[in-house]
Amino acid sequence: MSETILNVQGLTVDIPLAAGTLQAVRGIDFELKRGETLCIVGESGSGKSLTSLAVIGLLGKRLKVGASKLEFEGRDLRSLTRKQMQALRGDRMAMIFQEPMTSLNPAYTIGDQLAEALQLHRKVSKAEAMARAADLLGKVGITAAESRLQQYPHQLSGGLRQRVMIAMALMCEPDLIIADEPTTALDVTIQAQILRLLADLKREMNLALILVTHDLGVVARIADKVAVMYAGEIVESGTAKEIFDAPSHPYTRGLLDCIPVPGKTRPGEPLGSIPGIVPSLIGDVSGCAFRSRCVLARETCSGRIPKRSASGEHTYRCIQETLVSEVA
Amino acid sequence: MSEPKAREPVLELTGITKTYQVKQGMFAKPKPLQALGGVSLRLHKKDVLGLVGESGCGKSTLAKILLGLENPTSGEVLVDGKLIGPADRQLLARRIQPIFQDPYSSLNPRKSIEEIVSLPLVVHKIGDSVSRQKAVTKMLDLVGLPARSRRGYPGQLSGGQRQRVAIARALVINPEIVICDEPTSALDVSIQSQILNLLADLREELGLTYLFISHNLAVVEHLATRVAVMYLGRIVEEALAGDLFAGPRHPYTKALLDSVLTPDPSLSVPDLHLGAQYPNPISPPSGCHFHPRCAAARDICSTTPPPHLQSGTSHVDCHLFRESADGRSLLPA
Repeated sequence: MSETILNVQGLTVDIPLAAGTLQAVRGIDFELKRGETLCIVGESGSGKSLTSLAVIGLLGKRLKVGASKLEFEGRDLRSLTRKQMQALRGDRMAMIFQEPMTSLNPAYTIGDQLAEALQLHRKVSKAEAMARAADLLGKVGITAAESRLQQYPHQLSGGLRQRVMIAMALMCEPDLIIADEPTTALDVTIQAQILRLLADLKREMNLALILVTHDLGVVARIADKVAVMYAGEIVESGTAKEIFDAPSHPYTRGLLDCIPVPGKTRPGEPLGSIPGIVPSLIGDVSGCAFRSRCVLARETCSGRIPKRSASGEHTYRCIQETLVSEVA
Repeated sequence: MSEPKAREPVLELTGITKTYQVKQGMFAKPKPLQALGGVSLRLHKKDVLGLVGESGCGKSTLAKILLGLENPTSGEVLVDGKLIGPADRQLLARRIQPIFQDPYSSLNPRKSIEEIVSLPLVVHKIGDSVSRQKAVTKMLDLVGLPARSRRGYPGQLSGGQRQRVAIARALVINPEIVICDEPTSALDVSIQSQILNLLADLREELGLTYLFISHNLAVVEHLATRVAVMYLGRIVEEALAGDLFAGPRHPYTKALLDSVLTPDPSLSVPDLHLGAQYPNPISPPSGCHFHPRCAAARDICSTTPPPHLQSGTSHVDCHLFRESADGRSLLPA
């Protein structure tokens, strides 16, 4: 039940640019067990999407991926050939992207695209694949599934398209699903439905789910584990309860102060904000990358930053350890 | 944020409808699509009217009509009590300015920040080059951009800075009303709060009135003084922000409020009980447009359009309520 599906240690993603190497992901660790949801949360440029793409092996050749450990179901992903990786992708691990319009092929019917996802990996007839497609469309809450199979993506609404994407990810009964901002392009009412669907499917099929998002509300409601990323690093990680009840890194606390919360923030009162902008990650980056925006920054922040353990699985990277006791 | 009563609205809409003719095929007769089905709104000075609803409900069509980019099929737009006709676009633009969602596509990449911000002054032939320069300096300072950025180009700015430029451009001709169409949804969380704070400050400082279109109800709750909820081209509920968030009446408003995901790890994702899809506006459902998705729907809801019920300054269009004898409150029907 609690077997580790994914084990990532020291993951780095470097982007070679004319101006130097951009260290987009700088040595991050995480583990995921079957039946768990990990939310990777961060702002644009934090490296959260690159992290998920690195795991599923969809980064371009130009980008350099490094890791001291990158294991999926006990297999070392670093040693796999392109072909072996292709066989794994879409079969054991699947991905759901943000824009359901651009990730479906407009020239093929929903049925063709769903069936292809299965036929690439299994020796099944088209009819069998179509039957499974219809079955899964029903499972993701699409009514009249049989007739939908004959439709093209443009005939479906955004919410329906995202359901089709989820059905496609499920075609081979994967063990790991990575969803990159799956609800950002959708209406709030549809967002709630899609998130519920993902949570239900995860429980029912005992999947591991990685959800990449910038929305702390989504994270709180769906995550078992949370990794907060800033400038290519995981600055804080722990269970959802630990992170939201006792946010310890100044960045996490800053983020939580920035969002209006009905019933908590007073209407009209100024919201918290984080001054400054994300630093450049080109060339050598040392010390805490958040120090230029941190109200608690001191000189030692430019040195080595220890990883502190708060309680249980809860860890954060900060020069100061007083924060946790303050919160408690 | 009190609501003084006997004030003239700065902007009044009465019975605005907009119907588009949608082609169904090469030889088929075009079908009418009613994007707005009789919208009436009043905005008073310094009001922040939050307009919420799902995509396709007509929020943006309404914004376009207010900006003079579309003409309503019927209905009246009044600014300061004066009727605005189709020929008064210039006048409308002088008093109502927009801030759009995506600061990456709403700024011309080939123009300098100074040119972008001063363009409304040029279009409306206000002042000379010296006074325009002064106005730009003042605006950049007001929105928190350094004076040297005037020579820069949009490409050199971050998303939050671009949105500040867009705000400066909207405010440079001293409009009274600003239409904010999802002004922060393209921005990061930490930048979003800066822009929201800026909008709130500017409203205080300049006495602005906002029509704030957003799908993020937490943001609307934070900023708005009044809220109007749209569904399929109609405003189904409108009330003071505090009242609406404390006691939503329309089942659709309730569902929207339930969809707000507060960062509380002890709660799970809510079930909104909005089973059916958003209806196709070309063939809207009979009776109350919301009835196929409404958990509380009754027989009458599918046959008869809902009554327009008024109580105080709020209204709701719903069969589940009736007006009390004194007309002051609403009772369950």
